[in-house]
Amino acid sequence: MQSYDVAADGLRGLNATLQAQKQETNQTRWEVVNPKGSHAIAVGLDAPIDVTVKGSTGYYCAGMNKQATVRVEGSVGPGVAENMMSGTVIVDGDASQYAGATGHGGLLVIKGNASSRCGISMKGIDIVVHGNIGHMSAFMAQAGNLVVCGDAGDALGDSLYEAKLFVRGSVKSLGADCIEKEMRPEHLETLGDLLSRAGSDARAEDFRRYGSARELYNFDIDNAAAY
Amino acid sequence: MCGIVGLFLKDKSLEPKLGELLSAMLITMTDRGPDSAGIAIYGDAVDGQTKLTVQSDNAAKDFASLSKDLSEAIGASVSLQANDTHAVILLDGPKAGAARQALAELRPEIRVMSDGDAIEIYKEVGLPKDVTERFNLAGMRGSHGIGHTRMATESAVTTEGAHPFSTGADQCLVHNGSLSNHNVLRRKLMREGVQIGSMNDTEVGAAYLTWKMQNGASLGEALESSLEDLDGFFTFVVGTKDGFGVVRDPIACKPAVMAETEQYVAFGSEYRALVDLPGIDNARVWEPEPATVYFWSH
Amino acid sequence: MDKTPGTLPIQSATFSNSINSEIRRAAATGIYDIRGGGAKRRVPHFDDLLFLGASVSRYPLEGYRERCGTSVVLGTRFAKKPIELDIPVTIAGMSFGALSGRAKEALGRGASAAGTSTTTGDGGMTPEERGHSTKLVYQYLPSRYGMNPDDLRKADAIEIVVGQGAKPGGGGMLLGQKISDRVAEMRTLPKGIDQRSACRHPDWTGPDDLEIKILELREITGWQVPIYVKVGATRPYYDTALAVKAGADVVVMDGMQGGTAATQDVFIEHVGIPTLASIRPAVQALQDLGVHREVQLVISGGIRTGADVAKALALGADAVAIGTAALVALGDNDPKWEAEYQELGTTTGAYDDWHEGRDPAGITTQDPELAARLDPVEAGRRLRNYLKVMTLEAQTIARACGHNHLHNLEPEDLCALTMEAAAMAKVPLAGTDWYPGKPGF
Repeated sequence: MQSYDVAADGLRGLNATLQAQKQETNQTRWEVVNPKGSHAIAVGLDAPIDVTVKGSTGYYCAGMNKQATVRVEGSVGPGVAENMMSGTVIVDGDASQYAGATGHGGLLVIKGNASSRCGISMKGIDIVVHGNIGHMSAFMAQAGNLVVCGDAGDALGDSLYEAKLFVRGSVKSLGADCIEKEMRPEHLETLGDLLSRAGSDARAEDFRRYGSARELYNFDIDNAAAY
Repeated sequence: MCGIVGLFLKDKSLEPKLGELLSAMLITMTDRGPDSAGIAIYGDAVDGQTKLTVQSDNAAKDFASLSKDLSEAIGASVSLQANDTHAVILLDGPKAGAARQALAELRPEIRVMSDGDAIEIYKEVGLPKDVTERFNLAGMRGSHGIGHTRMATESAVTTEGAHPFSTGADQCLVHNGSLSNHNVLRRKLMREGVQIGSMNDTEVGAAYLTWKMQNGASLGEALESSLEDLDGFFTFVVGTKDGFGVVRDPIACKPAVMAETEQYVAFGSEYRALVDLPGIDNARVWEPEPATVYFWSH
Repeated sequence: MDKTPGTLPIQSATFSNSINSEIRRAAATGIYDIRGGGAKRRVPHFDDLLFLGASVSRYPLEGYRERCGTSVVLGTRFAKKPIELDIPVTIAGMSFGALSGRAKEALGRGASAAGTSTTTGDGGMTPEERGHSTKLVYQYLPSRYGMNPDDLRKADAIEIVVGQGAKPGGGGMLLGQKISDRVAEMRTLPKGIDQRSACRHPDWTGPDDLEIKILELREITGWQVPIYVKVGATRPYYDTALAVKAGADVVVMDGMQGGTAATQDVFIEHVGIPTLASIRPAVQALQDLGVHREVQLVISGGIRTGADVAKALALGADAVAIGTAALVALGDNDPKWEAEYQELGTTTGAYDDWHEGRDPAGITTQDPELAARLDPVEAGRRLRNYLKVMTLEAQTIARACGHNHLHNLEPEDLCALTMEAAAMAKVPLAGTDWYPGKPGF
């Protein structure tokens, strides 16, 4: 296990060191201490390494991650795992707004709650939130799965494209063009797999599925109020 | 666009350390606001005394013999403690109004930052570290306080443009975001007789709350109605004599993190601002909901 | 019997035939007019400025012998690898999707041959343009279509797009006709649907957050490449100052004549300020912060000739970007397609329905047959020629004003023909020493 002290040795050195790890590295396990809410911790990684951040982080932790597994033993600020391509990011605490924003792939797990705009413009990432999510989550979400074991806030899935949303608890309100949809066997299978990979013991059968009504896909003046 | 910090102490034993804790939080928010910094601190109120915090660009000249001149003008005992460009003027009795009037004649260059039983406001242009040092904010004690670092958007980088803005006796407000109807609102409030000194959007927000409360609203009610009447993006933190409150606009883009323990309630624009508070690792940490008024009082 | 004399019909200036046709179109379709291109109305422009050539009080440089430099370096503030360009004219961001792959290739070929950079657009980086561009600026947009760290690291600079001159403050909607299989795949969207674009970035709002976003992008790219911030011109002083405070290496200011792939006509014509009006406040902000020339300013929107280039530089810009002019150089709106423009209900020079994907010139289309009409090698050569001509023109003017480098042009080399231009450019009316708003009058 390699250890890196952000407070003592600086952010640039941390990211340069982690980004330099190659596919066949032997140094696969890293521990990052004293993050103290710093921004851009462990961003742009591109190797199958395992990074544990011992404490809470600021904005954009694990941004644009590829391949790496990043675990945060604390809470994260805005934009955790933004634009993630692959790999896994696990947050033991809560996540601020924009969690998993525009993510293309990989798995983001939030053990606590995520605040507003969780999964905004997501493009293929899978996000599992053990707690609740805030308002405007999955706004303009294009692809991927957002799983919420708790409740969802206002305007869930507004202007949704083809992302799939699964919520176990209540939904305060649905956004424009987002509707409840039938849970078919293939959805239960996807959901069950995501829940088990995210370490949740929730049962897939207890969730409801939401998706795009596809009414806004081609402009119609009678829908103008929804724009 | 800015950084905000706030600390409301429940545990009296921390009161001697309020200035120290708040200054460190403020300095952490330098990146969000390098242009100016300010702090409102609620110190010990003395029965029967009123405090005025004033500022002058020519402090040595303006503060010399001011307590004597002011005392003669308002017919009450006055004492003055100068602190760099600022001074706290202690008045016997509820003489804030009379003192403001007299100051305008005696020392027209002086700006009144705040008045009240407990509040003191210090703010200047410059990096937060330099501002906290010039006033020795770390040495101050109090029950609660609010700090602000400013990245000016559309109004000038001046002392008047720095936050906090006083909104009435013992009240103040800081803001992160950008109001988009402040010009219309400024004209409306000025027609109503509300005095607004700068072109700053936040001062309009502050004046709006003052005006609402002058017309009978409680602070909570005034904040509720701000959600309807203010257009734009805002996270507000407000201070009163015995408490502080938080409200975010319904879109809630500008960041806000809160932490609560047995000892305190703390606010930061980023979690970074809170990391050195005692017991933070076991604090309840959360983000205030959009369009929801939060308030704590002693 | 004599006919009683009648008044000739009077066309209303307010309700012109063009306006009335738009009212009828809106009434029939129930959708606002969406089009490409920039503002078509006349606005105060570089044409309203003139240069004061040298004579007795100053000495000109000899055209073919005496040196007049044209190079420019962008991104000298923080980046380890600033962009070094031979000429101060760059190619503005235009998306694959709006343009065909061949058009993007032609832009790359032409710009590279002229020693300058090209820019991606909404929709990601294509191998065509990366392969054919020696210097490629990668746009970082609210949609983040196709955004990925590998392409980010392939870029020579990153341009964070806050807004564009055609629609400052706006998102947009690109109708579905052009969302082909390849475009849909690059953008992770279903084929053929209307594409709605957000007006704000998904994960930051305001300059204090932008500073953190810039930090993240620098950390991902190892502080190697410059980070530009592009804004649509509306409040240029404040936007420039805030981009600098947030940590930008380069500010790109796009005036209202700047083109777009497709947005509401009402937005194009009624939001934003002319390019000419945006330069002095932006330069003022850089000067007030003490970073003029350290943070470079790139101006775009309606740049067409070497004279425009020289005027923008004289007012304090470090470089300009061209979009519409580059497309015309490739062959856009060429009269040789007039018969086909007529079939589309338009005419040469007025064609702007780029979002419909039926461009006879084969540039703003995803239709393989139409796209095949553009030869990227030949079109690239035309663009290179045009860029060279613009540069020679700008040099001609700079030499005539006695300057040995384009960057030595200054506002004092200019005068204005109109009050509007004098006020916006803060240069005196020709033959006077006065401009509106000048103190001391």
